[in-house]
Amino acid sequence: MKCLGMIGLVLAACIGGHANAEELTGTLKKIKETGAVTIGYRDSSIPFSYLDDVQKPVGFAIDICYRIVDAVKHELKLDKLAIEFNPVTSSTRIPLLANGTIDLECGSTTNNADRLKQVSFTNTHFLTATRFVSKKSSNLNSIDDLKGKSVVSTSGTTNIKQLTEANAARNLGINIIPAKEHGESFLMVETDRAVAAVLDDILLASFVAGSKDPDAYVISRDAFSKPEPYGIMMRKDDPAFKKVVDGATAALYTSGEGQKLYDKWFMQKIPPKGLNLNAPISAELRHEFAVPSDSPDPDSYKAM
Amino acid sequence: MFESFDFDVIRRSLAYLFFDGMTFTLTLTGLAALGGLIFGTLIALMRLSGLPLLGRIAGLYVDLMRSLPLVLVIFWFYFLVPYIGQWLTGSSRPVRVGAFASSLVTFVLFEAAYFAEIMRAGIQSISKGQPAAAQALGLTYSQTMRYIVLPQAFRNMVPVLLTQTIVLFQDTSLVYVLSIPDFLGAASKVAQRDGRLVEMYLFAAAVYFIISCVASFGVRQLQSRIAVMR
Amino acid sequence: MNYHWNWSIFFEPAPNGTGSYLDMLLSGLVLTIETALCAWIIALVFGSVVGVLRTLPSRTASWVGFAYVEFFRNMPLLVQLFIWFFVLPELLPRSWGLWLKQMPHAPFYTAAIGIGLFMSARVAEQTRAGINSLPRGQKLAATALGLTTAQTYAYVLLPMAFRIIMPPLTSEFLSTIKNTSVAITIGLIELTGEARAMQEFSFQVFEAFTAATVLYLLVNIVVVTAMRVLERAIAVPGYITGK
Repeated sequence: MKCLGMIGLVLAACIGGHANAEELTGTLKKIKETGAVTIGYRDSSIPFSYLDDVQKPVGFAIDICYRIVDAVKHELKLDKLAIEFNPVTSSTRIPLLANGTIDLECGSTTNNADRLKQVSFTNTHFLTATRFVSKKSSNLNSIDDLKGKSVVSTSGTTNIKQLTEANAARNLGINIIPAKEHGESFLMVETDRAVAAVLDDILLASFVAGSKDPDAYVISRDAFSKPEPYGIMMRKDDPAFKKVVDGATAALYTSGEGQKLYDKWFMQKIPPKGLNLNAPISAELRHEFAVPSDSPDPDSYKAM
Repeated sequence: MFESFDFDVIRRSLAYLFFDGMTFTLTLTGLAALGGLIFGTLIALMRLSGLPLLGRIAGLYVDLMRSLPLVLVIFWFYFLVPYIGQWLTGSSRPVRVGAFASSLVTFVLFEAAYFAEIMRAGIQSISKGQPAAAQALGLTYSQTMRYIVLPQAFRNMVPVLLTQTIVLFQDTSLVYVLSIPDFLGAASKVAQRDGRLVEMYLFAAAVYFIISCVASFGVRQLQSRIAVMR
Repeated sequence: MNYHWNWSIFFEPAPNGTGSYLDMLLSGLVLTIETALCAWIIALVFGSVVGVLRTLPSRTASWVGFAYVEFFRNMPLLVQLFIWFFVLPELLPRSWGLWLKQMPHAPFYTAAIGIGLFMSARVAEQTRAGINSLPRGQKLAATALGLTTAQTYAYVLLPMAFRIIMPPLTSEFLSTIKNTSVAITIGLIELTGEARAMQEFSFQVFEAFTAATVLYLLVNIVVVTAMRVLERAIAVPGYITGK
């Protein structure tokens, strides 16, 4: 592990040296000229990117982004690099990245082939499958049980797309309600507006754990997708910036620091309510941290 | 029925709601009203200029903006403004425009269409004799407008302009669709984080209601005073 | 501008399995029109009643009308929809609230009623202005003829007042159509909502919004033209709108 970390750092340094020799382009040029980098954050992607008690963006992905910003600062040999935060939703994150409002999207964005036509992703920081949460009392066990019911999902996510496709393919006649934020999606189930919410299972687990009565909910075994990779999102066709970001994340994950960050957000108490998610790292993700990958293919992530 | 309510959630988030949220809302309202008034007056002048092309363009602009829902316009501009900035500055990349600046541009351009119609009515309410007299005195067109027509048009229209500003104040809540923390956005963030929709939305409604009520009462008072003065 | 235009996107199949992206937008347009029509009927009925209340000689009646208008006019539409959608069911007895929340198409009904009531305050103001603009003699003449207050309104005042306020009512109807887009915040997937969904699925932001813009403009043109025809058809010869 240590050794790999060193290699990562050395690699990052090499790439850095190389990029500096040339004319800066793309996002790096922009950051150098403006002296600021803008991070897109989420309201309620717990514990990846969300607002704490004083409405400051925090989370696993935000911490990863701080490391990336440090690497960028080092790369550009800047004394000072201001970090600005801009809120994004699942619906606005891709257009806002494309139009330069944000430079890095630090949240819970699934890396898939479809999105790679529009944006690019750095090394994977989590793997999660699309499932649904419902109240135990509604007795919903499989996807087919959702037939004809009102089901909520967050608009702009892969989840709502998979739900829409499953609905069409299996002819379920589900009434799909789009919500603006994951938090709103879960609240729709909590308040009985919808019988189920379809989201990434890790987000569902953190909402259930943080709810008033965690025992009242159950997350489906039935999944709409395989465990899919999350990545920090960047603009497409910007190889110089991607190299710096990939270098920084690879160094972080392989050094064991990544595992520490993971433990901080998944195995210890997190703000604002001191909740502990108690979600140990999966074998697949541990393997991915050892050999960082930005592949959108769920099948490429194997346990060690 | 209120026993299960947690009104403490409001007290705990008051600072965030007002220092961040309401400040955003009021600054946006104030600047957008000012910008909308200036830009709207220019559009009204274009429409009344008598130049066919200029008048037509201004008319089309007003009709277009007034035909579209504000929510759609908010989406349009949040995604489009950086590209417009790129085009205006001739930069090689889209210009970064923050959430506030982008909302401000949106509301200025949108409200300008509404303010333009108000100012047009105001200008048309000035009797033709006045500009004619100004012209006879040797004032240029811009002098006539600056010193004679616009000040009176503006004064006549103050109540209507203020009423439109109250509508604007309420409409700024729609930036909620972009997760921008205006007053309602801030309230909804707290509401969703703590699962306290009922308390927060009732509180937000009460705050909007009181501010709008007081403001429209003020406008009515002003209106009756102006009516007496005439 | 480094944006990849792709206008043929409208004819590509949408992930909801019911057709192309264009079909998706058109189904949104239909929902927009349905919501707007339902809301408009509510707005007209409630607005006329409240507008009449405000012109009645009874002080209580006019105060009730005043309070109604102020109540619905001084809160943003978005907040009102949130109150109807998220707050109201929680304040009702549990079983009623549950029934409300689990009603199929709850966002549609909430939007139609919420927008209808919001717009009714504006319709009330127009109705009041229309009635007040009539010469006092009409009311007096009706009374002299022995008509009751209800008859005076039904046969003398309202038919005239509505003709007078046709142009402002047209623009209030257009506002109603535009305001349906606010309902995307409570999960109604009308035209703006479908455009947003198309943007999310296809990533073609500007094509989606351009199409929605064109559709809203078309609706506007159709409504304005239709209302003009209607105005002419019902005009009273010799009166302002009669020309």
